[in-house]
Amino acid sequence: MSKTIEISSLDTFIYGRSPKPVITDRGLEIGTGIVFPEVNFTLPAMNCNAQTWPKVVAHYTEMIDDVIRRSIELEVPQLQIEFETLPDMTLNPAWGLEINRLLADKLIAAQERTGMKTALRFTPNDIREFSRPPIMRSGIHWENMLEVFDKAGEAGADFLSIESTGGKELCDEALMNADLPGVVFALGVLGCRDMEFLWKHMVEACNRNGVIPAGDSACGFANTAMVLADKQMIPRVFSAVVRVASAPRTLVAVTQGAKGPCKDCAYEGVYVKAITGTPISLEGKSAACAHLSPIGNIASALCDCWSNESVQNVQLLSGKAPEVSAEQLAYDCRLMNVAARRSPEDALRLRDWLVESDAPLDPQAYVLHPEVVLRISEKIVQGETPYEQTRIAVAAAIDELRRGADEKAYKLAEREESWLDMMEMALEDDIPETEEEMIAQQAPLVDSAKCDLREYGISV
Amino acid sequence: MARNEELFNAIIKGKRKDVATIVQAALDDGANVEEILMGSMIPAMREIGDRFSRNEVYVPEMLIAARAMQAGLDIVDPLLATAGHKALGKVAIGTVKGDLHDIGKNLVAMMVKGAGYEVMDLGVDCDVAKYDEAVENGAQVIMLSALLTTTMPYMKEVVDHFKAKGSDVKILIGGAPVTQEYADEIGADGYSSDANQAVGSVEKVLV
Repeated sequence: MSKTIEISSLDTFIYGRSPKPVITDRGLEIGTGIVFPEVNFTLPAMNCNAQTWPKVVAHYTEMIDDVIRRSIELEVPQLQIEFETLPDMTLNPAWGLEINRLLADKLIAAQERTGMKTALRFTPNDIREFSRPPIMRSGIHWENMLEVFDKAGEAGADFLSIESTGGKELCDEALMNADLPGVVFALGVLGCRDMEFLWKHMVEACNRNGVIPAGDSACGFANTAMVLADKQMIPRVFSAVVRVASAPRTLVAVTQGAKGPCKDCAYEGVYVKAITGTPISLEGKSAACAHLSPIGNIASALCDCWSNESVQNVQLLSGKAPEVSAEQLAYDCRLMNVAARRSPEDALRLRDWLVESDAPLDPQAYVLHPEVVLRISEKIVQGETPYEQTRIAVAAAIDELRRGADEKAYKLAEREESWLDMMEMALEDDIPETEEEMIAQQAPLVDSAKCDLREYGISV
Repeated sequence: MARNEELFNAIIKGKRKDVATIVQAALDDGANVEEILMGSMIPAMREIGDRFSRNEVYVPEMLIAARAMQAGLDIVDPLLATAGHKALGKVAIGTVKGDLHDIGKNLVAMMVKGAGYEVMDLGVDCDVAKYDEAVENGAQVIMLSALLTTTMPYMKEVVDHFKAKGSDVKILIGGAPVTQEYADEIGADGYSSDANQAVGSVEKVLV
């Protein structure tokens, strides 16, 4: 990997523009100057099984029809849909592929009819964790995933993504204990090793089938931390460090051949964009339908697609929720695009307002500040391996958070202050320089009923 | 029951070694084992749970306290068994079928155990048969957890199953998308929005 980052100037680190844009076969462009909605939707509370399948299909038909109609009415220039399957739809690949085909056909027809550029991101589940301990590289779940990857193109997908979970079986407990070495082992060793294995297969499947390998997300790691912090279960400053630590893991998808856009819930995508120049999708205030966050505005400052994360097909006063969500995203994007059309200075001004409205209020927002992202990214790329990069990311994040707290650049709650000290100590004493040393330290602590290290190519 | 302040504070501060030492010393001095448990150890865990509810401590601090509590339990448990002491009740907990999320479930299990109940952790992706087996093994309360809106409806299947059987097992539910209204709608015996509240729900249904 190059020792320099792709975007080194703050003036070119902005929403809607990426040095390595992605263009689909049907002409949808990501990163060439405009931000547009990526809408995701899901079922209301209901069972998904053979008996309910006709209802499931009816829901997806209604959701895609509503979203396309409203997007056309609002003159959205481009529309991307993400179909993130429910676990049952990856466990039974034919189900997921059927819905994907349905959505793709509707999008293609809409583009032919109206000229609105459309694309479909297909995101099957990582179902390998249905085995406990997870079986990562063989078995029925892995075979089902391979089948889904291979048939994504035939089922109409333009992009293939996943929220992979390698290492999550250890990360959850490490998060609950605010165990920084445990998190680094889960993300920087297990997560990165699994990403390399998984994305190699995903990229190969995409190349065989004319699908663009898009990107991953550390949702199960860093977003879990963010939710726990939001519920006052772990310190926010710890969650902020986990976010930065997750960047090298998500980066592995790109080094294996992913082209972007990174998944919407990958807030660490801003680091991926800075380092590799690939476009990213993000979600913030208009994803409050799916989860709360302290980064509603800042998340849009650097996005290329703007997403709602997911919304259930339930009735609201104005209409069904997916349609409402599409409208909210459409208006968010309009504003960003108008500023960009006015002038580069106007776009940067809007970006800075988006940043300044969140960054001073929470450490998790502060580590997404474009200036902080560029400084940390420059350090991350000095690492030779994903593990080294993860360790550097942790060190750089703690350093930035310490400096930011000293300068009162963001608000650090009094009861969080001691956690910065504890993380500094953990980094110094318990997070070794090399992956080999980290494995030697952590492997004896791993409960084999929870995690089989051999599934990550580690001999035990 | 008289509270041993030193033991109470050692648990709250998560001082595992101190807890073991204090418990052993108290026993050596002839203290009643049940009094140690009920008078100091369980109240300490309640206090840490209350502090968490008041946003005064984080989960890692609660877990440290729980591990300190365990150091004491390792000493008193065999003595309690010999004395014929029974846990306050037997509780089974599991994430429902199709759902693999277990952070919340694990936290609830830890808090309920810390409150003096025997806890059977059934794990994740639990079908009706797993809950059935737990009830056959003496569970008086089963706790169902779900994070996904598409797995939440399985809670109703579990409730319906036990109702159809005429079972008197109490069913408590929780998880991000779950609400009191949903608990009422499916006929569950209770709902809790956080781990500490879950302990209160168990106490309530076992009265």
